[in-house]
Amino acid sequence: MNVSYNWLQDFVDLELPPQELADRLTLAGIAVENVIELGKGIDLVVTGRIEEINPHPNADKLVITIVNTGEEKLQIVTAATNVKEGDVVPVALEGARLAGGLVIKRAKLRGVESRGMMCSGQELGIDQKTMPPDQAHGIMILPPGTPLGRDAKEVLGLNDHILELDLTPNRGDCLSMIGVAREVAALLGRPTRFVEHSFPELKESIQGQVRVDIEDPGLCRRYIARLIKNVRVGRSPLWMQSRLRSAGMRPISNIVDVTNYVMLEMGQPLHAFDYDKLVDHHIIVRSAVDEEKMVSLDDVTRELSRDMLVITDPSGPVAVAGVMGGLSTEVTENTTSILLESAYFNPVSIRRTSKTLGLRSEASLRFEKGIDIGGCLRAVNRAVQLIYDMGAGEVVNGVVDNYISPISEKTIMFRPARATYVLGLDIPKSEASNILSSLQFKVQESGEDLLVTVPSHRVDVSIEEDLIEEIARMHGYDRVPATLPYGSSTQGVKTPEQSFRALIIDTLAGAGLHEVITYSFTNPRVFDLMNLPMDSPLRDAIKIQNPLSEENSVMRTMMLPGLLAVLANNFSRRVQDGAIFELGKVFIPSGIGNTHEERSVLAAAAVGRVGGSWKMPPLELDYYFLKGVLERLFSVLGTDPVSFHRETANPVFHPGRTASIEAGGRKLGVLGELNPDVLERYEFPERVVAFEIYLEELFAVLGRRNVYRSLPKFPGIERDLAVVIKREIPAGDILKIIRNTGGELLDSVSLFDIYTGEQVSEGCQSMAFSLKFQARDRTLTDAEISELTAAIASELSSRFGAELRG
Amino acid sequence: MEEKLRKIGAEASKALAEAGGLEELNDIRVRYLGKKGELTQVLRGMGALSADERPLIGQIANEVRASIEKELASRTIMLKDLAKEQRLKDEGIDVTLPGTPLPRGGKHPLTIVTEEIQEFFLGLGYSIAEGPEIETDYYNFEALNLPKDHPARDMQDTFFITAETLLRTQTSSVQVRTMEKTTPELPVKIIAPGRVYRRDDDATHSPMFNQVEGLAIDRRITFSDLKGTLDLFMREVFGPKTKTRFRPSYFPFTEPSAEVDISCVMCGGKGCRVCSHTGWLEILGSGMVHPRVLEVSGYNSEQVTGFAFGLGVERIAMLKYGIDDLRVLFENDLRFLQQF
Repeated sequence: MNVSYNWLQDFVDLELPPQELADRLTLAGIAVENVIELGKGIDLVVTGRIEEINPHPNADKLVITIVNTGEEKLQIVTAATNVKEGDVVPVALEGARLAGGLVIKRAKLRGVESRGMMCSGQELGIDQKTMPPDQAHGIMILPPGTPLGRDAKEVLGLNDHILELDLTPNRGDCLSMIGVAREVAALLGRPTRFVEHSFPELKESIQGQVRVDIEDPGLCRRYIARLIKNVRVGRSPLWMQSRLRSAGMRPISNIVDVTNYVMLEMGQPLHAFDYDKLVDHHIIVRSAVDEEKMVSLDDVTRELSRDMLVITDPSGPVAVAGVMGGLSTEVTENTTSILLESAYFNPVSIRRTSKTLGLRSEASLRFEKGIDIGGCLRAVNRAVQLIYDMGAGEVVNGVVDNYISPISEKTIMFRPARATYVLGLDIPKSEASNILSSLQFKVQESGEDLLVTVPSHRVDVSIEEDLIEEIARMHGYDRVPATLPYGSSTQGVKTPEQSFRALIIDTLAGAGLHEVITYSFTNPRVFDLMNLPMDSPLRDAIKIQNPLSEENSVMRTMMLPGLLAVLANNFSRRVQDGAIFELGKVFIPSGIGNTHEERSVLAAAAVGRVGGSWKMPPLELDYYFLKGVLERLFSVLGTDPVSFHRETANPVFHPGRTASIEAGGRKLGVLGELNPDVLERYEFPERVVAFEIYLEELFAVLGRRNVYRSLPKFPGIERDLAVVIKREIPAGDILKIIRNTGGELLDSVSLFDIYTGEQVSEGCQSMAFSLKFQARDRTLTDAEISELTAAIASELSSRFGAELRG
Repeated sequence: MEEKLRKIGAEASKALAEAGGLEELNDIRVRYLGKKGELTQVLRGMGALSADERPLIGQIANEVRASIEKELASRTIMLKDLAKEQRLKDEGIDVTLPGTPLPRGGKHPLTIVTEEIQEFFLGLGYSIAEGPEIETDYYNFEALNLPKDHPARDMQDTFFITAETLLRTQTSSVQVRTMEKTTPELPVKIIAPGRVYRRDDDATHSPMFNQVEGLAIDRRITFSDLKGTLDLFMREVFGPKTKTRFRPSYFPFTEPSAEVDISCVMCGGKGCRVCSHTGWLEILGSGMVHPRVLEVSGYNSEQVTGFAFGLGVERIAMLKYGIDDLRVLFENDLRFLQQF
């Protein structure tokens, strides 16, 4: 809603600068987003009449005009084509400044002197959309009787400020000048000035000339019709046009302008029908029939459906109620009688209809927020008054007012004690009463409390808390003290899972990976990119009904595509090395009904190498890097023993470089190099490694409790053991045998070297282990450790044919 | 003999003074004081002396020995110090060479900010609640006093999965879920961080973003408690000089409702481009929990009151770190992430 400061002055004395008014309103909950000074920087533009138009001797596209500005006649050369002799136009004089900073100087155009410029609306800072179509791209033409030599800013209502309101959806009442005026009056402690209307009526009565039937009172609680005859359709006066423009609306004709003007002023949308085109002069308000059609004012055929409310005559729909009028009964230059509609339509119905039709109008915007049902009559009379005042028609006596079951006024008991309970601020009853009265609530004392009657325009107020808010906002939120809750205290704790998640993020970040956040929705095409077979359950993704694009149309079932996209984007920006991870959810449909499952997944991906320097070679971000990251993670979290088993059948991954991660009989996830086909589709020139860990599984194997083990009191013994062994034997199996054979005395074992080449036979490798033995109750002897080491070697020999290396 | 002794003393002293290394010192010691050393040799000749001379020469010999030993000791210390000094000098490294590069990772700035928010509220006794991202219409809208066809639904353009399920548009969906579980226990104090979704995608809107919801329910929780809590929070996040401003606003699930502004973090409230020259930045929405929301959750709204607030993590991260483009938060450019 755009509110003209000058217009507002009609209803309340302002006496404070526009910006200050805006700030006051904002702090009272009527947010003013912007204060715009109309005609800013425009100077020395006056009204002038074109007396003569003559051809230009040296240019076909230019003409030489003589313009009378009241005081002098100026020769002005122009290229404008929409002007004719006798037109009154805005004229920028020498030295004038226009919107956009243009300065007008005396000039010669193709050898002919020009002493000014005729202006378009745009040059005066007027929005092109609010200009009549024939003037949108040409000179602005003012009504014929406009006095000459006047400041055009004054004449066009440009000495004004516009307050752009950003209204909350509950305050439909402020979609009107009088609604805003009420707020302002309450804030400033001033009275409002709303005039009663009076106009002479014709002797003939509306009775018998108009019939209104409401078939569905649930959708239309009130319908008022008035009849105007001897209508002269033409342009509305300039002041009205200017005010419509200030609100961002385009003037059309005096009748239509009046309906729009009253809507802006009073918040009640009105509609004018050409009375003679209404069959039988009979209005029937009813629901549309499926597939019923109507051509709307914008000359589009609209298909209606049964959940839409329509205004019809016996021949069919003449308007979509509250949304848009029909072309067949449109007011035109030839219209001589009009029927003015002022009605109350069901907000929900209007909202649905306008959504279904994709039609949002200024009228539907107001109806769907709920208009003042008590103001319908005042509004139609205001329109009648304006039409009468501008001599555009004569008023038929009487009103048809179908007001079905007028609702009784809402009353609410307001308890000051309750307000204190909610606000934490003591507001005396007298102050509460004053505030509510200033907002035009009716207040009656009732013991300690107040019985409050809600005015019909405040459709947003229905419970005591609403009144408490009214009082708090008028009293000023800034005057409410700042305290902290007291009473029983609570301990803020994270659940174990929340703590673990935080620990996981810290650990991975500490291990050199960067956390990323990617969208939870994805492109169904990624399943192809990821090599998933057509029957893969991962393809069964939850679809979004109304996605923004195909690219983000299904909920992800796996995390890796998002991470690969991140690496690919970085690649395209020449950031080619790095390791990333994300802790997020995947979404799995679980078949029946609307239920679905959200699973937390930890995923990581890495490519390239980092950190090479003069001192050490770069760290390869390969399979073993991510495996190391996982091993650290498992150790930090304290999981049951985790094992890695080769997984060859996962289509996403490289069949020879992928492991299934298992612990406690559960599969925690998968780690591996991406399948070369996947890499090729993402156009990675390098190998990429990745893992996905299912958090639910991981949390299930967090068995270890952190219990202190006393430090050993006796010295341990270290021994190295090198064996030559066939290369296909997995290191994991070898380590397992060593640990089993070493038993309790073997404290730890690490693989510190792998060697192939000279002195190692074909197909074999030498593996060197460092074994650390420790007994808790005694000092170990060399002899027993030698024996144990020999036993390990012999076990490796018998199991795997390993040979002890010298 | 005396002369001979004195000469040895003088020679030894000279040799010691000229000695350049510890090995040389040892040679000198052997030469003069060793079993076959010169001084020893001389003393061996003492037998030939008269009884009168013997004590005298003996005394001189001892003096000479003591003097040599003393000089030797001091010379040894000096040369050791010199040698140590030299060694340390030789061992010098270029301390300006770059250190061993350990891989450096990091948390996403949105995680950092979320954790900071969590820590603050954990300290005030709030627990962390969670809810599903694919939510029912009921918890996301209906239970929050937003029936179907409510105009306020326009404030949140929604992604639908079915007619009754959707991607939650606000973490407020966790409110009723939580209270249904806690009722009739009091107090309830939770924050609910998480991803939310709206059908917007432009320079200042992302279809997915992060919110933190806050909810405190008890007897006698007041609007002034809401003010105090958020005031403290804003000073914690944006620094002790931060001022907060509460403006009346509208959310269907709170009444009274308030929009909260903070003094501009860039200009401190003087007015600049970031705050559109108002000195204030809109930061979150809040209010007293609407009685109907309490009632549907099973609380008696006459006895129990509460406040709720919801804030955008992206907004706070952008202000805190001076990020001027929302999109960089989701592009995950490593050069961006490495800055946190």
